[in-house]
Amino acid sequence: MYKEITIDPITRLEGHGKIDIFLDEAGNVAHACLQVPELRGYERFAVGRLAEEMPRITETICGVCPTAHHMCSTKALDDLYGVEPPPAARKIREFQYNTFMFEDHNLHFYFLGGPDFIVGPDAPAAERNVLGVIAKVGLEIGKKVIDIRKRTRNIIQTLGGRVVHPVNGLPGGVSRGITKEQQEEWKKIAEDAVEFAKFTLKAFDDIVLKNKAYVDLILGDVYKHKTYYMGLVDDNNKVNFYDGWIRVVDPEGKEFAKFKARDYLNHIAEGVESWTYIKFPYLKNVGWKGFVDGKDSGVYRVAPLGRLNASDGMATPLAQEYYEKFYQTLGGKPVHHTLATHWARVIEAMQAAEKMVELINDPEILDPRIRNMDFKTPKVGIGVIEAPRGTLFHHYETDEKGRLTKANLIVATVNNSAAINMSIEKAARMLIKNGVVNDGLLNMIEMAFRAYDPCFACATHNLPGQVPIEINIHNAQGEIIRTIKN
Amino acid sequence: MAKPKVAFYWCASCGGCEEAVVDLAEDILKVVEAVDIVLWPVALDFKYKDIEAMPDKSILVSFINGAIRNSEQEHIAKLLRQKSQLIVAFGACAHLGGIPGLANVANRKEIFETAYKLTHTTVNPKEIFPQLVTEIPQGKLTLPEFYDTVKSLDQTIEVDYYLPGCAPPPDLIMKGVQTLLSGNLPPKGTVIASEKALCETCPRNKTKPDKMVIKEIKRIHEVIADPEKCFLAEGIICVGPATRGGCGERCINANMPCRGCFGPTKEVIDQGAKFLSALASIIDANTDEEVQKITESIIDPIGLFYMYSLPTSILRRKQGV
Repeated sequence: MYKEITIDPITRLEGHGKIDIFLDEAGNVAHACLQVPELRGYERFAVGRLAEEMPRITETICGVCPTAHHMCSTKALDDLYGVEPPPAARKIREFQYNTFMFEDHNLHFYFLGGPDFIVGPDAPAAERNVLGVIAKVGLEIGKKVIDIRKRTRNIIQTLGGRVVHPVNGLPGGVSRGITKEQQEEWKKIAEDAVEFAKFTLKAFDDIVLKNKAYVDLILGDVYKHKTYYMGLVDDNNKVNFYDGWIRVVDPEGKEFAKFKARDYLNHIAEGVESWTYIKFPYLKNVGWKGFVDGKDSGVYRVAPLGRLNASDGMATPLAQEYYEKFYQTLGGKPVHHTLATHWARVIEAMQAAEKMVELINDPEILDPRIRNMDFKTPKVGIGVIEAPRGTLFHHYETDEKGRLTKANLIVATVNNSAAINMSIEKAARMLIKNGVVNDGLLNMIEMAFRAYDPCFACATHNLPGQVPIEINIHNAQGEIIRTIKN
Repeated sequence: MAKPKVAFYWCASCGGCEEAVVDLAEDILKVVEAVDIVLWPVALDFKYKDIEAMPDKSILVSFINGAIRNSEQEHIAKLLRQKSQLIVAFGACAHLGGIPGLANVANRKEIFETAYKLTHTTVNPKEIFPQLVTEIPQGKLTLPEFYDTVKSLDQTIEVDYYLPGCAPPPDLIMKGVQTLLSGNLPPKGTVIASEKALCETCPRNKTKPDKMVIKEIKRIHEVIADPEKCFLAEGIICVGPATRGGCGERCINANMPCRGCFGPTKEVIDQGAKFLSALASIIDANTDEEVQKITESIIDPIGLFYMYSLPTSILRRKQGV
């Protein structure tokens, strides 16, 4: 007989999630997995819809990163109709996108993942949240966090119409340009964003990197997996959120593949399991070997750590300085430590902020030519973008009228689904021994997935930013002998 | 006096409604001060059995977002109905079925086959599909049942009020909360938004010609929409005439037409049918050929006229499958 430990609900992965842990007779972990109990079927009901409506339809997959879906869908439409947006439109999109990346990464750092470090991984649960963060860093800074979120989200709202579910993407362009007044106002916000990113990186340095216990935690074996990594890079192999080459490096950090969105089918496949509604992507040219890491397993990882590992550097100067420090501190490339994702994320926030400054200061962004309508007959359109949580693919096929006949979506978080399962299982195996379940286990397991995926917790940025977890420990007769909750 | 108890819950939704609550910014503190939140799975520790143990009707109001897509969502919605005096359908999915409600063009079998078999990247030679119960050597793993049909909240439980929108704008959320806490309750079934159609408050209304006639229908990507002019007058489908106002014309401000996320106005049962009738009245066609040409250019009436409201329309769902 096995004992079963259920963690339910842990909140969402585009919805909800549940962790099951089974202990053997000796009280050690025999099996652990994450179940995603939800499916909504977008790939089916996309069929029959008009291509140009897809940016509005698909963004409702996620209300936390709708801008990522909206933009990726819009890029798939560029490809579908064979049009490049004019320079101003492209810059507006990139500016909007980098603003979104900046805002979303901050949200994660201050509201979701950050509290584990800023307040402490073993701090009382009631303090391990954004309020705890404010208590630790001071109210002034708390106000700063709220203020920069509000101002950057206002930019997205102005450009996109709605901030939750923007609407301005069109094949070959955007629906509205930028005025001179807006440019002036947003220059200031962009500069403030860079200052804020500096502040965040310094806080990370002071609070996390100067604390040996934290560094040991990051470098520990509990949160380590040697996998492949994937991310978008520009022609110089520098991190790019909006466009470029999809680059994959192997567990030693060597380039394994580099391809354009159009070729993704040659590189990625997805498996199905009966116990969850989520699929498990893997590298086709390595193959699926199950939930294991290493060079022979096609499991790959995306999101901030994946992007940094898959690149040769950051695209902006300040972010590059931190990138170098990142690898120096953590022992060279690639970094396999899942918790280092938090650091990678704040380095990316810096690149996003520097890009905001660069783009909004570009005089060309005011050019009124924001549409290219030289459409070819539509057939296939594939878009890729780096969502905050990883590489996102939208693939549409249509009839000659631009009505969808087929769709394929690989959503950012899904890329990491196999790795998340592995991380949970490993953390559980290493932390639960001989039936002893320490209360700290709760947060340690939370930390194993939180590093990947704010979509799990996509709404836990609500105060007090705590993922509710309950673990019930059953004896061999199925009776609850102990309940632990945070 | 004890503070009124309030619950938040989400069903088949995207998290955007939760974001909208966070976008209340400083106002959220006023809400937190005024009420005692007893259930907010995304933010607070709770157990379903804590809610089960509460006396019936002990929660003043439960705000539920998302459509009903599976058995777990139905179960919790029913539990909250039992424990709450008032239920508010929060956002387009709970109100109308929302965009995930477009899944009613298909059934469970087709959705599963697409997701787990037919999509390009899926490799599934053994044709494995998610199962309600999976036996593993260590025990059993269970999943909630995925239903054939997406339902709005009021097709599952009795609903008292509606807060429309995808997502509802923060000012409307605040208005809704204040209205319900004031004790001065509006009539049951009220949609907390404008009573008028979007066109009435649309900044482009003034450019609408007295007698509107269109000769052709244009798709949004095929034209450069004049940022001042009524979309319909330009031949671009805008569901404003069949949609309740109160959204702040957010999409229109971005120079994009309305797709109806606030749902129909009070008198209207079927938003798509209402729009079709509005459209028919402005189409300028004299011959059968002209009529045919125009109707052929409406390629996807389901997606355009019922983008947010298919489950609550008279069409409901694909039949005979």
